[in-house]
Amino acid sequence: MSAIPDDLLPVIFLGLMGVAMLLYAVLDGYDLGTGLLMAGKSEVHRDQMIASIGPFWDANETWLVLGVGVLLVAFPVAHGVILGALYIPVTLMLAGLILRGVSFDFRAKAQAKHKNLWDCCFIAGSLLATLTQGYMLGSYITGFSQTLPAILFALLSALCVTCAYMLMGACWLILKTTDELQQQSIKSARRTVPLTALGLVAVSIVNPLVSPEILQKWLSTPQIFLLAPLPIATAALLYGLYRLLDRYTETSNTSEARPLMMTTGVFILAFIGLAYSFFPMVVPGQLTVWEAASSPDALRIILWGCLFTLPTILGYTALSYFLFRGKSTALSYM
Amino acid sequence: MDALLLARIQFAANISFHILFPTITIALCWILLYFKIQFHRSRDPAWMTAYAFWVKIFALSFALGVVSGITMSFQFGTNWPGFMETVGNVAGPLLAYEVLTAFFLEATFLGIMLFGSNRVPPWVHTLATALVAIGTGMSAFWIIVLNSWMHTPAGFEMIDGQAHVTNWIEVIFNPSMPYRLTHMLIASGLTACFLVAGLSAYRLLRDDKTAGVRKAMKTAVYGAALLIPVQIFVGDLHGLNTLEHQPQKIAAMEGVWETERGAPLLLFAIPDEKTKQNHYEIGIPKLASLILTHELDGEIKGIESFETSPPVAPLFYGFRVMVGIGVLMLLVSWYAAFKLVRSNTLPRITLRILVAMTFSGWIATLAGWYVTEIGRQPWLVQGVLSTAASAGNAPASNIAASLTLYLSLYAVLLLAYVSTLFYLARSASTPPANRNTTDRFISFNPITPATGGATL
Repeated sequence: MSAIPDDLLPVIFLGLMGVAMLLYAVLDGYDLGTGLLMAGKSEVHRDQMIASIGPFWDANETWLVLGVGVLLVAFPVAHGVILGALYIPVTLMLAGLILRGVSFDFRAKAQAKHKNLWDCCFIAGSLLATLTQGYMLGSYITGFSQTLPAILFALLSALCVTCAYMLMGACWLILKTTDELQQQSIKSARRTVPLTALGLVAVSIVNPLVSPEILQKWLSTPQIFLLAPLPIATAALLYGLYRLLDRYTETSNTSEARPLMMTTGVFILAFIGLAYSFFPMVVPGQLTVWEAASSPDALRIILWGCLFTLPTILGYTALSYFLFRGKSTALSYM
Repeated sequence: MDALLLARIQFAANISFHILFPTITIALCWILLYFKIQFHRSRDPAWMTAYAFWVKIFALSFALGVVSGITMSFQFGTNWPGFMETVGNVAGPLLAYEVLTAFFLEATFLGIMLFGSNRVPPWVHTLATALVAIGTGMSAFWIIVLNSWMHTPAGFEMIDGQAHVTNWIEVIFNPSMPYRLTHMLIASGLTACFLVAGLSAYRLLRDDKTAGVRKAMKTAVYGAALLIPVQIFVGDLHGLNTLEHQPQKIAAMEGVWETERGAPLLLFAIPDEKTKQNHYEIGIPKLASLILTHELDGEIKGIESFETSPPVAPLFYGFRVMVGIGVLMLLVSWYAAFKLVRSNTLPRITLRILVAMTFSGWIATLAGWYVTEIGRQPWLVQGVLSTAASAGNAPASNIAASLTLYLSLYAVLLLAYVSTLFYLARSASTPPANRNTTDRFISFNPITPATGGATL
């Protein structure tokens, strides 16, 4: 471990934080999305939707704690700047996450007459969490600018991220449910693909506009050629996904996991795009990864921990998904 | 109100609400594991009935603990950036190890524990329950290590205003850690035992005398009766440790303004910060000196002899609330255990008291934490970093808004949680036709029907 040069450590931790945030967006993405899609569904369907995420949602949210935790412990100065600038949306997001997390349990345990109320809280909490996460992403991209166009962009980002989470949730439900609910999920997925695409295009336009460095990074040669596969692959994936969902009913032999895989692919590509654009900044236009990092000694001792625990965590996460594989069944403690 | 005070109230609100649920789940998980192991051993289905009821309450408490805990990881950045900037090299790795070794473990195996029993063999399910219990214990370990370090910092040096670790063993096993950890784990055990006893008593009073309820009741009463003397002993050791490292906290707890020999143990008083004296003192002569120094004329340093000292009233009252509940727990659990051993019955009045004490563990735990945390003021890290210096620059209006949001959310959730627990207890009861609520005793003996009692 001491063979790792001090300059490389912060970069490793930036990567770790990025991977944790990406895993959070994908994993909590499907259960947040499932929460959003519960609006307007029948009670039977809502029970099935809850059952599909029951064994997983808690661990999914832990990736957010890890992501923010790495930001806190590896880049304490950036943690303060970012969360200070996003004070109100962070508070609202936390309120949303609290509301949906507890509603998940209360709906099945509190009096039956209150179940609908808790379901409404679950949907509202999910919506609050996705909207604020989207807003924060948009705000981060503009470097926390408080001008009107920047705020409008952040609001657009809030809507598009919410749509992307809905898409993720719908693809999860295609995999985990059957019959009518699965058919409805296919429709929801198809509706949210164009909106997700719109969001990606908007970010791609605004990103170079607000930052000359990003413009430079994207459009100078040879970067532009190296970078070109990214938008092309994203567009191809989204188009393929849309086509797949369009004729899903006819081709019953399609793998039910494929929409989820393709959406995950879109998330990964979008993440790579963002990571490339901002590296090595942790706070756009303000702090680089080296300026914001903790002491190398502290980072080394955490890296040791990661070396042993992360493979274990990934191992038992895989075990959990293996145990609960296939179509979800009704939740029962016994 | 100024931003610093608002931020402190907000942190106190967040952590107070959060700690309620881990305090239950840390120990309740071991109780659940005990039920499972007893079932495997005896094949008596009553143990599984008890498990089936209490796992619901565990799941609900766990969910509340998880979501209220997420708030904590954001609080550091939004309100206390100075904390990580100054002592991040110590706090960072400890928090990281908590997430890596505890959070994922408990969250993942909780899924298997709650919903996997029809997908895995019974022994895997019991293993998952054990792993969740270990995970919650590990989480408690790391966070108490960090908290103890903030009271008794060790194993570091300050370079350019930043703490750098010189010895991790000294950081982890800092002087107050073993006492604080033991004290907190037993507090969790007592909180869970009184919760189980309280809801079981509630069900017994409603004539739900099924075997599962009786087994849970006995487990909880015997558990509490065994834990409470240990807790009083550990609490005393913890107090002596505090006297050595944070004497100003002890002075405030005991209401000792000026250094004195043969100080009395004050049972009641109204400390006055302005005149620096107590009003309406009722005390037992020389007892405080005897307890703290083990000498009748031992010297206790007064608050005025310290350069910095915490506010007296909250410590003085908080300490008495905690000790008062502890004494009550001792009396009630020993009396109930005595009745169970002697006659296998619990009088109706004892059951009513147990119902009233369902959440007594919460009050004692919160009172104890207030004493120890307010007792560290004005420092955030004793002697290293002041609370004021670590506050962020979020405007007071923002903090007021977020605090209002949190407080209203917490009030609603606490109400929903408590009422749901009693609702679950009611709906689990199957009231027999010939209910007789005038019995003075509940017999705990399954053969004799309840004639003036409750048999276990």
